Amino acid sequence: MRDRGDGTAAEDDDASAAKPPASDDRAGGCFHCGLPLPAHSLWRASVGGAERAMCCPGCAAAAQTIVDAGCGDYYDTRDGYGATVDGGAAPELALFDAGENTGEGSFTVEGMRCAACVWLIERRVGALPGVQESLLNVSTERLQVRWDPATCKVSDILRALRAIGYSAYPYDRQRHGEQLERARRTLFRQLFVAGLAMMQVMMYAVPVYLADDGTMDADMTALMGWASFVLTLPAVLYSALPFFGGAWRDLRRGLPGMDVPVALGIGAAFIGSTVALVRGRGEVWFDSITMFIFLLLASRYLELSARRRATRALEALQEGMPVASQRMPAYPLDRATELVAAASLQPGDVVLVAPGQAAPADGVIVEGETEADLSLLTGESRARRMGPGDLLPGGAVNVTQAVLLRVQAAAQDSTLALLVRLADKAGQGKPALALWADRVAAWSVAALLVLTVVVFLAWQLVDPARAWPAAIAVLVVTCPCALSLATPTALAAATGRLLRRGVLAVQPHALETLERATHVVFDKTGTLTLGRPVVRDVRGFGPSREHAPQALAVAAALEAGSAHPLAQAIRAAAAGPASDARDVVHTAGQGIEGEVDGMRYRLGSAAFVAALAGRRMPAAPEAQGSAVWLGKQGAWLARFDIADGLRPEAIEVVRRVEAAGKTVVLLSGDESRAAQQVAAQLGIRLAAGDQLPQQKLDFVRELQAQGATVAMVGDGINDAAVLRGADVSFAMGGGAALAQLHADCVLLGDSLLPLLDALETARRTLRIIRQNLAWASVYNLAAIPLAATGLLNPWLAGVGMAASSAVVVLNALRLRK
Amino acid sequence: MEALYLLIPLSLVLVALALWVFFGAADSGQFDDLEGPALRLLRDDDRAAD
Repeated sequence: MRDRGDGTAAEDDDASAAKPPASDDRAGGCFHCGLPLPAHSLWRASVGGAERAMCCPGCAAAAQTIVDAGCGDYYDTRDGYGATVDGGAAPELALFDAGENTGEGSFTVEGMRCAACVWLIERRVGALPGVQESLLNVSTERLQVRWDPATCKVSDILRALRAIGYSAYPYDRQRHGEQLERARRTLFRQLFVAGLAMMQVMMYAVPVYLADDGTMDADMTALMGWASFVLTLPAVLYSALPFFGGAWRDLRRGLPGMDVPVALGIGAAFIGSTVALVRGRGEVWFDSITMFIFLLLASRYLELSARRRATRALEALQEGMPVASQRMPAYPLDRATELVAAASLQPGDVVLVAPGQAAPADGVIVEGETEADLSLLTGESRARRMGPGDLLPGGAVNVTQAVLLRVQAAAQDSTLALLVRLADKAGQGKPALALWADRVAAWSVAALLVLTVVVFLAWQLVDPARAWPAAIAVLVVTCPCALSLATPTALAAATGRLLRRGVLAVQPHALETLERATHVVFDKTGTLTLGRPVVRDVRGFGPSREHAPQALAVAAALEAGSAHPLAQAIRAAAAGPASDARDVVHTAGQGIEGEVDGMRYRLGSAAFVAALAGRRMPAAPEAQGSAVWLGKQGAWLARFDIADGLRPEAIEVVRRVEAAGKTVVLLSGDESRAAQQVAAQLGIRLAAGDQLPQQKLDFVRELQAQGATVAMVGDGINDAAVLRGADVSFAMGGGAALAQLHADCVLLGDSLLPLLDALETARRTLRIIRQNLAWASVYNLAAIPLAATGLLNPWLAGVGMAASSAVVVLNALRLRK
Repeated sequence: MEALYLLIPLSLVLVALALWVFFGAADSGQFDDLEGPALRLLRDDDRAAD
């Protein structure tokens, strides 16, 4: 399972895998996943009778599995590359067998790229011994499987999926997604029933409206009326349930919302029509009722669909946290490890943390020296050296060597868990705005209800026969249909547009608040910067003055086998294929020595290189970031300045956010000097470094206390609390899952540019919402006097209402473009 | 016009029938996945049945 939370960890492939190249036959790419092939790749797989080159053993094994399962057709019909396959046996999958083996279950599948995947997944799982049925639901990315518990286990299915390149995990029904899904299904049925009833009732209503006086006899009118009544029954008793339910809830809370006049209007019109039908005189409005119900349900359905899509994407992100750990039960007598769930670790347990893995809980290192990447927890971008006796907090990623850790606190008490709780606390202040909106709505609705009663009583004095239709006309006309559609449809259209542009808006208020925001606060590491080191500068020394590319090529050759972030930066900076290095020796924390093209080199700290290159260090200005030196016998060759690189789009984003009239602030957990340096480069005036999560939160609170509306953009676990505390927050898609859980929006695709799209969309959305509200208010203000004076009968009121709603919806749909 | 006395009740029966069919289809999961069927191509294994 690919760990999305580990930021700068040892995998060096993720970013490019997300963009499938345009054509399949690009020379030199892996046939399975499309990544560039390493210089001397030996991995091959036979597909369709031809030998194909593969980038890694994982992809080669996946391709072989696919062909052996009789599914080679996949490669002929796919229109995108597969996901890169992590090799290895994945023993942690066995943990999923701990639950009951019921012979039935759902799995969330990630990594589906094209139509051929659907076929491949169903085919592969269906071919497992003991599996009776496998069905993939594409819109929910969920695989439904039935199997024989005697011959098949959950882990067998997960392993089979992993072997062909898809990560999967059992779908947990307890998660909130399921409830939303059920609500959507019920609403879809109610919408269908209302639509069918509406169309059919219209058919009966048209002849009555069109017939001239006297051409239609009373029997026929009654027949049409009763048929309409029968068809309106399911619409009122089944489809309109959400409105009645909502109105009842509102009344019990003592806060009448939009549902109250809707429910009253439907109820009054239905009872009035039924009474008129039984008496045989008076107006019937069954057509208006069904149309009314259908249009309102349609807007709710739109809104719910948009929300469901948002939660589903989040659900997949949650799986980034470490679930398994390797415990050594008999340490120090025996070093055998057993695999246990991270949640079951107790203080005193000794666990093995392999390079590239995150520590499952807070603990003290008992054996091994390594460097740990704490950027998720502290925001610090440089890996920190750690040895026996040092505390490794849970969630920190081990970078270089395997270490043994004695657990100090159970997983639920780890630093990470505390941050989660902090974030929870920060979130409690938020719904105030929502409550305020509810109260305003309640007042206007209450005023409308009073107005209806006044109109009814007034007509009782003037002309009792017209009191009932006038009251219904007022209820229908003032029914805040256009008003209630104005905001959600515009927001749903904007949400859909943003999702296509790479912004996942989780909270409906996000756009509204973003438009009002006065300050935009950025985290540094991973947000304004890439969150991983890049080579900033190469400085050549010595008499030979070797060119920078040559020095880089030598350094890259020496670092070819290392997963260290600095090594990755050097490799990424060196263009072209690396030459081979021989006799490579690592010295932990110092550097690396080896022979390239017959010459001995040393690469690493100044002291380490000085032992080979001689005592006299060349004069050079102070390094920006970490300095890595390269030297050979008797000569210093080059210095590489390696620092966390700015995102290429960061300057543009900061400039345009400022141009939009918002103040940009930089808050970083990294040291003050680094924060000021980045701020100066980007032209940010307000910047603070050395900020702990609590201090960041206090800073934002302070701004809010001064009347500012604060938007926060962050990525790490340490940002989770401040993301919750800000008025509106954005988490980076490549950042920690926890930060995304607590943010109002997620910027997918690891770039800041979608933020500008969000700003622009927020501005347009708010403008359209204002237009819609203005139009709906003008319409209501004009129509109320007409209805109250009896000039507007209920069906005209209904048509007017529908027309005004249509205008509002069409206006909102302009946002999709 | 007398035909309407038959046709209107008949239309009610048809609506009831349509609702019954719709609910049956919804219960069997017909509308749960509106994207998958378009992607699920008509294809076979590329290996002879064993």
